[in-house]
Amino acid sequence: MEAIILQVLNGLDKGSAYALIALGLTLIFGTLGVVNFAHGALFMLGAFCAVTFSNLLQLSHTVIDETRTDFLGNPLKVDVPYIYDIFGEAVGSSIIDWAVPLSILFAIPVMIALGVAMERGLIRHFYKRPHADQILVTFGLAIVLQEIIKYFYGANPIPTPAPEAFVGSFDFGVMLGFDPGGIVYPYWRLIYFLFAAFIIAGVFAFLQFTTFGMVVRAGMADRETVTLLGIDIDKRFTIMFGIAAAVAGLAGVMYTPINSPNYHMGMDFLVLSFVVVVVGGMGSLPGAVLAGFLLGIIEAFASMAQVLDILPGINQIIIYLVAIVVLLTRPRGLMGRKGVMED
Amino acid sequence: MTDQTTDTIPAATTSASPKAGGGLLGLTKKDFGLFLLVIALTMLAPFLLNPFPENSAMAQFNAGYPDLMQRFVIFGIFAIGFNILFGLTGYLSFGHAAFLGVGSYAGIWAMKLLTLNVIPSILASMLVAGLFATLVGFISLRRSGIYFSILTLAFAMMSFALAYSVLTPITGGETGMQLQYFDPRILDAALEPGQTPRANLFGLDMATSTNLYFGNWVFTLNVGYYIAAFCMLIAFYLSIRIFRSPFGMMLRAVKSNQNRLNYTGISPKPYTLAAFVISGMYAGLAGGLLVAMDTQVGAERMFWTASGEVVLMTILGGAGTLIGPVLGAGFIKYFENIVSKINEATLHTWFAFLPDGLEDVVVAMIYPFVGKGWHLTLGLLFMAVVIFLPGGLVQGGQKLVGLFRRKKADDKTASSHTPAE
Repeated sequence: MEAIILQVLNGLDKGSAYALIALGLTLIFGTLGVVNFAHGALFMLGAFCAVTFSNLLQLSHTVIDETRTDFLGNPLKVDVPYIYDIFGEAVGSSIIDWAVPLSILFAIPVMIALGVAMERGLIRHFYKRPHADQILVTFGLAIVLQEIIKYFYGANPIPTPAPEAFVGSFDFGVMLGFDPGGIVYPYWRLIYFLFAAFIIAGVFAFLQFTTFGMVVRAGMADRETVTLLGIDIDKRFTIMFGIAAAVAGLAGVMYTPINSPNYHMGMDFLVLSFVVVVVGGMGSLPGAVLAGFLLGIIEAFASMAQVLDILPGINQIIIYLVAIVVLLTRPRGLMGRKGVMED
Repeated sequence: MTDQTTDTIPAATTSASPKAGGGLLGLTKKDFGLFLLVIALTMLAPFLLNPFPENSAMAQFNAGYPDLMQRFVIFGIFAIGFNILFGLTGYLSFGHAAFLGVGSYAGIWAMKLLTLNVIPSILASMLVAGLFATLVGFISLRRSGIYFSILTLAFAMMSFALAYSVLTPITGGETGMQLQYFDPRILDAALEPGQTPRANLFGLDMATSTNLYFGNWVFTLNVGYYIAAFCMLIAFYLSIRIFRSPFGMMLRAVKSNQNRLNYTGISPKPYTLAAFVISGMYAGLAGGLLVAMDTQVGAERMFWTASGEVVLMTILGGAGTLIGPVLGAGFIKYFENIVSKINEATLHTWFAFLPDGLEDVVVAMIYPFVGKGWHLTLGLLFMAVVIFLPGGLVQGGQKLVGLFRRKKADDKTASSHTPAE
């Protein structure tokens, strides 16, 4: 029992990342009908928003500390972050410690701006072109984005730690009444899952309960009629693109403590996220979320030692196997809508 | 793209029965001319690609060394094969590198078990890649569009992951597969311990090269290159024949409207599957040739970025055109090798004529795009091609030619009209 719960938990954090990226992909596909191969790059850019923000916080100037001396007996030079000057040392250092969660505030406007710029600048010109062209141009864009990041941040992963309070693990099993030591789970992964659940709920609530969301849903169902009603649906879809970019970006921001960001992390996730979207059903938001968590958990189970003993290497290919089986048996994916990308 | 197809359809219908057309080798005059041009280019490549004298400042732009030339033609074959699938049927496979990788493994095992002669190895590569493509194609072709892309991608990633982990005894895992002197080559005499096994063609070592010296120029003629080039010419010839055959017409019909094809009572599946398997065998041939040249295989050859690369090559050159994929492959491989070699010091020597401050600015502006940043240039270029030239470099060339022709025609009509007025 403990083992099963542990694997479900292990699957949740990766599943959350899949679900968030797949949700963004589906939003873009459902609204604009564009297959966005640059979505993984947006995830990666989000992660680098966190890196940039924590670098910004740590911008410092050198001060000579007269009270201390270095080993030669000269007054010690200390780097003092500007943020200490503004907020004082205690608050300043805790702000730096909390850089990753705080960069959410930084990432949201940046990612929305990037998303809107991307849609207006490039993707808009590809609505009438075949899906293959959309895939190709966004694939090119993904290469460009990741090379730009590589140029500025180098090819090595940049460690970006979680706040001190959330480093380490806790015994989740004890809370559920199991023996201690059975289910040990890192804090940050639980936070990641909760955060993802919050974002997903937020997106769904936004679409379900606001007028804006209602119009967008109407536009997804029948774009022409909505336009005939005199609503500028293009503008709203552009904003939805920005929101989808922000969702991917936030998934990236919060993922940095789990995996140090590097320039190709987006591509690694992109391939899997596409599989997730297709399994969930093109254009179905609940399908994307469900498939994301499902595949994350299946992958975690396939990585168990007991499973690997029977089927070595199954953890590497299980997602693709599931995708192939689903695509061949349920052509529309798990929850695909009728008439969306059916061929 | 559209004017391209309307252009080729009359040619295709006339050459559908080669005897009636009376062309050479079953090709129309225009195609035969193109084929001759490609033959001349590949045969003279060691000379054409080394236009700069040795030791000169420009020598680093020379591409006439065997390793790179082999890559030109081998990836040319890969792209030609990919184009038969994507260019004709419109099915965008994102997992073609799997066939190249599987072919490579088959090739190296033929060399390990049978003989160091490259012919059985290349045949084994094509056969195994073809079988694997039949399997993958049979399943993947049940869907089309984005689903087909994802399915092929999934198969390729599965092959990659398996080659990297579970299949290590067959694939060598992370270290890859190399030839050893103690391999049980049943058709060859055993090698002495410590002797390096080298691929050969009936005793002719693949790495044999002859250097020709003309003043300061050095031209390297390499056996491996010419064997690969010969394979590419055959591959290219076959692709012309496929493009101009009734089979090619059927594939184009699949691309333009599958429903209509269904209504006429024809199932597109056998045609697309045949195209898929043919293009998989082309990839296998490329993989087998890669093994013949450097006698080693690594799993990274099957990673999805490798599949992406052949897509880039085909689109960049011009999907659906005959010569496009070869151009694209040559273009990408050339710049990959040459542009990535340019470093900051080289840039400084180039712009030394500028005033110091300006020189630094210019170098700083160019530097991100060369050397390690070559992929950035490639990405930008690729985007530009997809946005402005969906027909690739070939379409760009046609547009240029068209521009000149129109000007001339305008001049003529203008001059002929003036007297009448």
